[in-house]
Amino acid sequence: MKIDVSHAKKIIQRYRKKKGILIPLLQDIQAIYGYVPEETVGLISKELSIYPVDIYGVTTFYTQFHLMPQGKHTIKVCQGTACHVMGGKGILNCISDKLGIKDGETTEDGRFSLERVACLGCCGMAPVVVVDEDFHGNCNFQKIDYLLNQYKSKKEES
Amino acid sequence: MKARILICMGTSGISAGAEEVAKCFKKELNKYNLQSKYEIIRVGDRGLFRDVLVDIIEPNEERITYERVKVIDVPKIVKNHLKNGEYIKGLQAGKDYKQFFARQMRIVLSNCGEIDPENIEEYIEKDGYEAAKKALKMKPEEIIEEIKKSGLRGRGGAGFPTGLKWEFCRKAKSDTKYIICNADEGDPGAFMDRSILEGDPHSVVEGMIIGAYAIGANEGYIYCRAEYPLAVKRLDKAIGQAREKKFLGKNIFGSRFSFDLVIKEGAGAFVCGEETALIASIEGKRGTPNPRPPYPAQKGLWGKPSNINNVETLANIRHIIDKGADWFSSIGYNKSKGTKVFAIAGKVKNTGLVEVPMGTTIREIVYGSGGGMVNKKIPFKAVQLGGPSGGCLPESLFDTPIDYESINETGAIMGSGGMVIMDQRTCMVDIARFFLSFTVAESCGKCIPCRIGLKRMLEVLEQISEGNGKEEHLKFLKDMSQTIIDTALCGLGNTAPNPVLTTIRYFKDEYQAHIKDRSCPSHVCTNLVRFEINEDKCIKCGQCFTVCPTGAIDLKKREYPILNKEKCIKCKACIDVCPVMAIE
Repeated sequence: MKIDVSHAKKIIQRYRKKKGILIPLLQDIQAIYGYVPEETVGLISKELSIYPVDIYGVTTFYTQFHLMPQGKHTIKVCQGTACHVMGGKGILNCISDKLGIKDGETTEDGRFSLERVACLGCCGMAPVVVVDEDFHGNCNFQKIDYLLNQYKSKKEES
Repeated sequence: MKARILICMGTSGISAGAEEVAKCFKKELNKYNLQSKYEIIRVGDRGLFRDVLVDIIEPNEERITYERVKVIDVPKIVKNHLKNGEYIKGLQAGKDYKQFFARQMRIVLSNCGEIDPENIEEYIEKDGYEAAKKALKMKPEEIIEEIKKSGLRGRGGAGFPTGLKWEFCRKAKSDTKYIICNADEGDPGAFMDRSILEGDPHSVVEGMIIGAYAIGANEGYIYCRAEYPLAVKRLDKAIGQAREKKFLGKNIFGSRFSFDLVIKEGAGAFVCGEETALIASIEGKRGTPNPRPPYPAQKGLWGKPSNINNVETLANIRHIIDKGADWFSSIGYNKSKGTKVFAIAGKVKNTGLVEVPMGTTIREIVYGSGGGMVNKKIPFKAVQLGGPSGGCLPESLFDTPIDYESINETGAIMGSGGMVIMDQRTCMVDIARFFLSFTVAESCGKCIPCRIGLKRMLEVLEQISEGNGKEEHLKFLKDMSQTIIDTALCGLGNTAPNPVLTTIRYFKDEYQAHIKDRSCPSHVCTNLVRFEINEDKCIKCGQCFTVCPTGAIDLKKREYPILNKEKCIKCKACIDVCPVMAIE
């Protein structure tokens, strides 16, 4: 699949001649494409004289960056201490079973990506699941069923 | 003055539907033509998690708080309370709410849940930016002296005296210096920084202005976790408003001092909470720590002297300048002054943020504000303090006063103030394994003790929890822990063995049960547990059947449920739902 790099070019222009820009630059690129495409890495390297190894070094170090396209909805399951004590692992396994993917993977139809995250800072409503930007607290198996169905039907509407 | 309707809109409030409640209030007020009399104010989290909290404050009248407000309750509140003046008893915040706040001393959190964080005027009304004005008329050395005298220590974990830190940076000679706010709150189980940033962002900005003036910095960075989108949004707004008011920028308050702030968003790496790793991350590199010395105060960001403080520390500054060092040092215990915010979570009745004076005991927090255990039938087992760098303490240490030194003596650390309460259904071996799997995943890989040593420890713990533990494993864990503590490069590695060491120290019998008897007393380690339905206790309610996600429980009319062990994934959903604890 070919991607349109013109957006990336515009973003790179904005960051020219500034210091410490690699992380915000990659964040902006990911905001547009949903991941950091290989083509843009070459472009950044050429335009800003940064070695590709340094760019890949940063993208693989931070969990936020993806090098592969992500699903339409990203499901983050909190695995922090409080969520662990309140049964977060079961919630992760349950979603994993239902979607047939492990954490870090995307469903074949491109609907959902599943991620585990360390702590979302909402320990008071553990266990927590975040779909895209929406937080869902006090999760249990029934709520997961309901949530997944809700997002599935959302997709069909659009 | 208009009467105020406060609606709590932190991340948790919004997830419980606070935005819809606010919209409904607006609609209903218009319906009864009350919009000129009442003002809806969106405030940050107050600390207690009670879905949507709504406060009605009318001039010269008692403040009424409603908890767990849903959209369908709003018309009732507007009609009965606001229009006809009758309180709705069933919705009013009850005993738990009062108990939660009764023993607190809110200094840092005083504005959280009381003012609109997106409106600078409200902050100014609460004496906001007065301390900064006052500080800019003082000499930088006087400010540092005041902070030193107050006894304020870093709230991020290690507890280094803030005044001394500032002094080191002040004394470093350089044309450029930086002040950095560490808002990379990565400790699982801690969320006070998020609440402060979401509920009272200006207090952090003000603290940074004072700090920058004291050390002589003209540029500041706030390094905030990417997982906190709302906090970033509110900070951004706060900085914009402060610039408009000329509290930030050139010649602040008409003085010769200029200062401005930039927000840097993290990209998801726990180790970036460590000072030197945080600096590397701001510079756009991989967030790996560097050996100290040189300390950031000599050579930090871009090689210039830099001062890094935690969010809670900075939020304390304005109160110290405002009310004086003597006032601050009169609160607290021993060498730990002031208050500390704790995030209580886990199997406790009231979860949320509690701010108490240093020296309060763990028992007072758990049974006082926390309100005791959620399920009275399952007793307390341990409290986990300080996240992955801390440790688990048993009930016998419950009367330990909370100050940096006393907590360190127990083998745990104060950390950023996460406090997770665990009951008898939590397995200590599993918790140790959980924390190690976290630190192994988050280890940056730069130094060998942390990268390889922790991995080996995790493998051993996995063997123990799978029932393949050996007697010599315990000695191995202890020896390896000591090696890592002695040789790891940064704070992450140095403290990572703490959860293992404290669980071995206080819960050795649990390890023994796993190794010798091949059993898990808390029924957590799934390899060592078999599920059975105790027909003597079962009341045939069928709840286990409904909740089972894999259909492993078979239920026929008027018979006891049957568990199909091949289908069972040991998720424990049935155990949690059983009202008579018939599943063992």
